[in-house]
Amino acid sequence: MEDMSRYPLELTGADVPMVRFMNVTKRYGSLTVLDSLDLDVTEGEMVTIIGPSGSGKTTVLRMLMTLETINGGVIYVDGKPLTHMAKNGVLVPADAKYLRRARSSIGMCFQHFNLFPHMTALQNCMEGPVQVLGLSKKEARARSEELLEMVGMIDKKDQHPSRLSGGQQQRVAIARALAMRPKVMLFDEVTSALDPEVIGEVTNVIRKLVSEHNLTMLMVTHQMGFARDISDRICFFFAGKIEEQGPPDALFGSPQRDRTKQFLSAVKEAD
Amino acid sequence: MLDWRWDFTFEIMPRMLWATLNTLMAAGIGYAIAIVLGLVLALAQRTPYRPLTFVVREAVEFIRSTPLVLQIFFVFYVGPQYGVTLSPWVAGMIAIGLHYAAYLSEVYRGGIESVPKGQWEACTALNMSTAQTYFRIIIPQALPLSVAGMGNYLVGIFKDTPMLSVIGVAELMHAANAIGGQHYRYLEPYTIVGVVFLLISLPSAGLIRAFEAWVRRKLGMS
Amino acid sequence: MSYLDFLAEHGGRYIDGTLITAAQFLLAAVLAILLALIAGLMKLSANPIAKGVAVTYIEFFRGTSLLVQLFWLFFVLPLFGITFDKFTTGFIAVGLNLGAYGAELVRGAIQSVPKGQWEASYALSMSPATQMRRIILPQAFVAMLPPWGNLIIELLKGTALVSLIAVSDLMFEARQINGSTYLSAQAFGTALVIYYVFARLLVTPFMRWLERTMRRRMGRA
Repeated sequence: MEDMSRYPLELTGADVPMVRFMNVTKRYGSLTVLDSLDLDVTEGEMVTIIGPSGSGKTTVLRMLMTLETINGGVIYVDGKPLTHMAKNGVLVPADAKYLRRARSSIGMCFQHFNLFPHMTALQNCMEGPVQVLGLSKKEARARSEELLEMVGMIDKKDQHPSRLSGGQQQRVAIARALAMRPKVMLFDEVTSALDPEVIGEVTNVIRKLVSEHNLTMLMVTHQMGFARDISDRICFFFAGKIEEQGPPDALFGSPQRDRTKQFLSAVKEAD
Repeated sequence: MLDWRWDFTFEIMPRMLWATLNTLMAAGIGYAIAIVLGLVLALAQRTPYRPLTFVVREAVEFIRSTPLVLQIFFVFYVGPQYGVTLSPWVAGMIAIGLHYAAYLSEVYRGGIESVPKGQWEACTALNMSTAQTYFRIIIPQALPLSVAGMGNYLVGIFKDTPMLSVIGVAELMHAANAIGGQHYRYLEPYTIVGVVFLLISLPSAGLIRAFEAWVRRKLGMS
Repeated sequence: MSYLDFLAEHGGRYIDGTLITAAQFLLAAVLAILLALIAGLMKLSANPIAKGVAVTYIEFFRGTSLLVQLFWLFFVLPLFGITFDKFTTGFIAVGLNLGAYGAELVRGAIQSVPKGQWEASYALSMSPATQMRRIILPQAFVAMLPPWGNLIIELLKGTALVSLIAVSDLMFEARQINGSTYLSAQAFGTALVIYYVFARLLVTPFMRWLERTMRRRMGRA
């Protein structure tokens, strides 16, 4: 058992990060996907995670969304533990009730959109605000329509997902996540399942979010150009660890580590 | 050889039709019990409480692999042994409802399991509770996937109602037996029973398909 | 009276009944499989008469209840001058009924064999009979075994109804014991457990074994 006394019950001080991974380890059976990860994301920062498949980058987002349990370490969001709760002065693994409260500040968009097929675009966006946040239908509708307007989907608000293209579905999914007013947004390969010609409509929405809002965002993507354009920081993951990180121009322009160089040149060749 | 008597047929017809109503009612009530109880059995198998999951799973298997007619006798006769007397109708509805609940729980389970994992994850990402996840997102999607199976078992429960005659529920078969016994004529009553069953179950396959399509359309999923 | 005393007193009758049930089960299963194969193939036939006979058989027996069919065979058939003893009537009714369900499984499985298999065997100039026997049926057989597993359990359960025409099977013995002792929980409970053991520890494992064996022989293990 890990000694939990080394982890604070709460982060305090002037520069508490929005997200902190502290010594986080994730294993599937005997396979270690993430090995003692330390990562801070400050408020309003856009951090993009890149790396070869199987390097654990998607796992980082899924752990933050509490879709995966962790095997070691603690994740903090806004200074408070996400994966653990205080009990008798030490941190113990969070129960379902605590997790539900703790993850309310996090929103996520998925590779395969995961829109609810039996609801229209608007109903998809209103579902969380009405059912979870307890907003009135009127408030939720106003909020959802505003967001659908922002992602350019207001014309299709009464369509079911089966009538929408992949790019349109993903834009609705972004609006749906934003309707919950999260402090942290996670984008998990949101363009990977899209046809090349519609990728732009989704990346443009994310660009707009970055320039107009002060959201904290974590993104996993294979669109290197896009990542370079909009990120404040790039983390290159390799074999469950951060191999190298830094501002986009530095990391893409003059990578320091051999593995980073190999990966970037392999990606460039594939383009 | 065959001597079909029309006058006798017409004479017993009102009684047979009345019994047909009882048959339909038995199937309807039994099915209503099965629909609700089946959902309970299906959801109980998805709880994280291992012992509960195990017990429910085994109970469903037990009910599914033993004869309904024996279960009907069991429910009807075991009560009085312990001082609880059940009327034939009550015992019959419990037995047939429970039997088909076990079958329907498997249909629901299949339906729930075919809802993509991403739907569960989206619910987590929207911070929905377990109850909200099931009742607002998962079950509405599992339902159209289950309609075909549910329809087959509706026809199934209808065709199994004659077994209720063994404890004296006054449905079609019971009426036919009684008429046969009174008049020593079995040809007409049993044939009428067969014809009634054919007339009701033959169109049902088409109706179920139409209903399935309608549910899908209703939920905007086609 | 303890349950052990109950078993000591009535165990013999349960064994006798179980043997009759086993016999009914095996005979009905053989009949159902034969009928399913014949009717399933006939339904796919291009000959409208063969097809019509198969469709009528399947729809008739699937559209009415086993109990109705059993009583009809038992009480009405003698009026046509056809008389079977009750034991024979019992397994014939069960076999006829489940054979109709099985026919649909046979038809579905044959239709699920990819079209390319027909074309490939056609290209080898096989006769239609050889095509069916050597190429299509073996593949269809593997595909239909899992649903047959469920059907065979239904067949076992169906045999309990023969007690209602006084075949002295397990169900019949349970009713007799219940009638003479009024120990309903023990009388019917014991029979339920025997059916369960029969289904779960004999029939299902056998079907699983058959599935595995067939898959291995088809090189799909």
